[in-house]
Amino acid sequence: MSTKIKINSQIFQDSNNIYYPKDEVEVSDLIRELYKQDSPTEIIGNNSKSFIGNKTQSANTTSLSKISGIIDYRPEELYIKIKACTPIHEIEKVLSENSQELAFEPIDFGYIKDGKSNKGTIAGYLSCNYAGSRRFKVGSVRDHVLGFKGVNGKGDIIKSGGTVVKNVTGYDLSKLIAGSFGTLVALTEITLKVLPKKDSSKTVIIYSNNFEQIYDLFNKLSSSSSEISGAVFIPEQSNDKEFSSKRNNVFKFNDLKSKVSFVAFRVEGDQISIEEKINNLKKELELNNSDISTLDVYQSEPFWKKINNLEVFEKTEHNLIRMVIPPANGSKLCKYLENNHSYFIDWCGSLFWIEVNSKKEEKIKDLKKMANDFGGYLTVIKTSSEYDYGEPIFTVDKVRLMISEKVKQSFDPKRILNPGKMYRGV
Amino acid sequence: MSELALPKIDSSILNRKTEIVKNLSKLTDKENVLSEADELRPYETDALSVYTQTPLAVVLPENTEEVSEILKYCHSENIKVVPRGAGTGLSGGALPLQDAILLGLGKFNKILEIDYENKCVVTQPGVTNLGITHAVQNKGFYYAPDPSSQLACSIGGNVAENSGGVHSLKYGTTTNNILGVQMVMMDGTICRFGGKSFDQEGYDLMGLICGSEGLLGVVTEVTVKILKTPEVVRAALIGFPSIKEGGDAASEIISSGIVPAGMEIMDKALIEATDNFSKAGYPRDAELLLIVELDGTTSEVNELIKKVEAICKKNHCSSLKLSNSEKERLSFWAGRKAAFPACGAMAPDYYCMDGSIPRGKLAEALLEIKKLSEKYELPVANCFHAGDGNLHPLIMFDGNDKEQLRKTEEFGSEILKTCVRLGGVITGEHGVGIEKRELMCEMFNDNDIQQQLSIKKSLDEKNLLNPGKVYPILRKCAEEGRVHVHKNKDKFPDLPRF
Repeated sequence: MSTKIKINSQIFQDSNNIYYPKDEVEVSDLIRELYKQDSPTEIIGNNSKSFIGNKTQSANTTSLSKISGIIDYRPEELYIKIKACTPIHEIEKVLSENSQELAFEPIDFGYIKDGKSNKGTIAGYLSCNYAGSRRFKVGSVRDHVLGFKGVNGKGDIIKSGGTVVKNVTGYDLSKLIAGSFGTLVALTEITLKVLPKKDSSKTVIIYSNNFEQIYDLFNKLSSSSSEISGAVFIPEQSNDKEFSSKRNNVFKFNDLKSKVSFVAFRVEGDQISIEEKINNLKKELELNNSDISTLDVYQSEPFWKKINNLEVFEKTEHNLIRMVIPPANGSKLCKYLENNHSYFIDWCGSLFWIEVNSKKEEKIKDLKKMANDFGGYLTVIKTSSEYDYGEPIFTVDKVRLMISEKVKQSFDPKRILNPGKMYRGV
Repeated sequence: MSELALPKIDSSILNRKTEIVKNLSKLTDKENVLSEADELRPYETDALSVYTQTPLAVVLPENTEEVSEILKYCHSENIKVVPRGAGTGLSGGALPLQDAILLGLGKFNKILEIDYENKCVVTQPGVTNLGITHAVQNKGFYYAPDPSSQLACSIGGNVAENSGGVHSLKYGTTTNNILGVQMVMMDGTICRFGGKSFDQEGYDLMGLICGSEGLLGVVTEVTVKILKTPEVVRAALIGFPSIKEGGDAASEIISSGIVPAGMEIMDKALIEATDNFSKAGYPRDAELLLIVELDGTTSEVNELIKKVEAICKKNHCSSLKLSNSEKERLSFWAGRKAAFPACGAMAPDYYCMDGSIPRGKLAEALLEIKKLSEKYELPVANCFHAGDGNLHPLIMFDGNDKEQLRKTEEFGSEILKTCVRLGGVITGEHGVGIEKRELMCEMFNDNDIQQQLSIKKSLDEKNLLNPGKVYPILRKCAEEGRVHVHKNKDKFPDLPRF
């Protein structure tokens, strides 16, 4: 096992012995030294998502939080180049001033962590690759990364990609970095594609608790040429009083009925096309005799924020599961979940957020088997205090694990960066 | 073109040809192994036809297990393998090697499953790009990436090259439109990345494979996302009296918040060439022609057209025509789509470049290309995917004239260096292949290239899969002096000899 070492350098260390390199050269110097000494380090940003993933097996901690700031923002070129640990809220603020946004709709994991908003840094977010509600339409975080710079496990500064959308020069390492939980590279710079913000939005609510009907709606919504940019199902689970009360408290809107299960879909754009799309969709979904209501922009925007803040699971002390499956198997999963766990569905039927009671860790095994059988996967995003890691929190098969080990080796041969954060051996 | 440096030929492999062919014939149907000179000839080149090489043998396996067995055999016998899809690549990525097996995926030509509920198609890699759209268009769906060779290019090749097309600004390239792949590694291991669900957890190995130009594995199955065909598609054909005004209009369209489905620019030389060739009715007095395509619902498109019209008028467009029917829209595209053959009709040969630049640098890039055209005394016509910054200068020359050949290569290389200088890259969609291999040094330093080579080494330790492509061959870099030496240090002190 590695031991903590003293780095002979000017890099700032706080009273907890956390290293704070201030630029990529200092990150490189630090990692080069750690590499020489065979001493691994945990890599953190501002710690907003450090609860996700396994605990790293490392003696040191390196915070990249001082590597922050906007380097180059070109609204007309649709890109922003930022230092890796720039807080997402800062990026969103400057984009918003130019009526642009991060189209992948970052999730605010602060609410499930401790009930407070904290979107964390862009490097942390990219390392997790968890896109918000708009994912099924615009792609994931990885689809919006144009390039990056960072330091590999040997201390070498490397880069990939650039600032242009069309680029097939060399391997597309940006994709590999996305979702790698800091195990390949300590990121120092990221270039993201940005997109124009839509003028307005409206959300249509369809009250239903019939799973076949719900999935029929999801299917029709994703088959329509009147594009939607979000579709969720929020069940009312009266048998789970805690969830039910939280749910009804979170989704309190003038035009939304309480204590009823519902599907909600969002249409964005200019006023005229929103109305046109909603009218088209009402016909395609045959909603004439359905119980529906509409949230105007003033309700629609906060509604989707609450979805993407995971507010129904605010401060959860239970295990929180993120399961992604092909939507065709969704109604089967709903039937299982109905009497077992509280949950909601995003991404037009593909993404399930499931809360598993702390005393039911073995249930995670059942869910994982279901995810595999349905052609998907699950991740335990937040663990309860009783979780003993008997069931791995990520899903991986043998061949992919073998290849992952080889890829890890090629970036970080001595396993200096976040070892064990995802899988043992990686 | 000029003599090409390729990996050192292993003469022991050449000497064992008969034995190798015999062994390969045990791993697939005998008919699927080609080894006679006349059988090999069609496989000597891909669409970068200036380079030719005769492979040791061509193998055309019929299923994943056969691919696995063939690769396992080659791996154990140290035989190099060059994978090939439809052979439409423009950068020489499927150029054979004399001591390598050419592994053709042409027999993988079936669509395996159309799954409308999950909005995806599972297909073998030899199916053409357009074949996928044809299979789902009766239900109003399509596959979004549309490289200009979509009639012939295979989806497996698209994955290898991460192909884009005119619609990639709005709909992305191949990497953004696939959900999963099945792949065989060089040692024969069969693996699956992704499937029908979004964003496979863990390392995005599918993202790594996509665009890896056949260096990391052989794709044997692809799951692609399909999209609903937009309700309305309309195009605008806009002429401008100067490059600057047209370029500014294109930039302003993007910065105003419009994301066109496609946006193409052609310069005067190309307007004339294509109009002569296809009689597209383009405004011949214009210095620059802009084609903007918008899609969506009826009122959405009408609204966007109004905005585009206003921006173009503000930037002093000299003509503006809107498509009022599908037929008219296609006629707007007819000239643009004939850009390559039109240049082919003007000179014995043309050489198509493929750099990307920031959109706002278009005028600067075109001006530079014009200067270079005068310097090298070679005519050039330019088309530009203005939406995503992908520039295709077409240099016209006579391939029989050796001096012109040399000048064309130098001219092309200077154009790509200009792209890098302007903040762009050396290849937007055609791939590096053998064509731009040595220019990788312009974009990447030792560390960057070393990291990519480490990945290659980790997945193909013996460097048997498509060697000599994408990464500079040290010998050539040094001999031709194309490595730029930084602070007098050798650029690749510890570069593996890949």
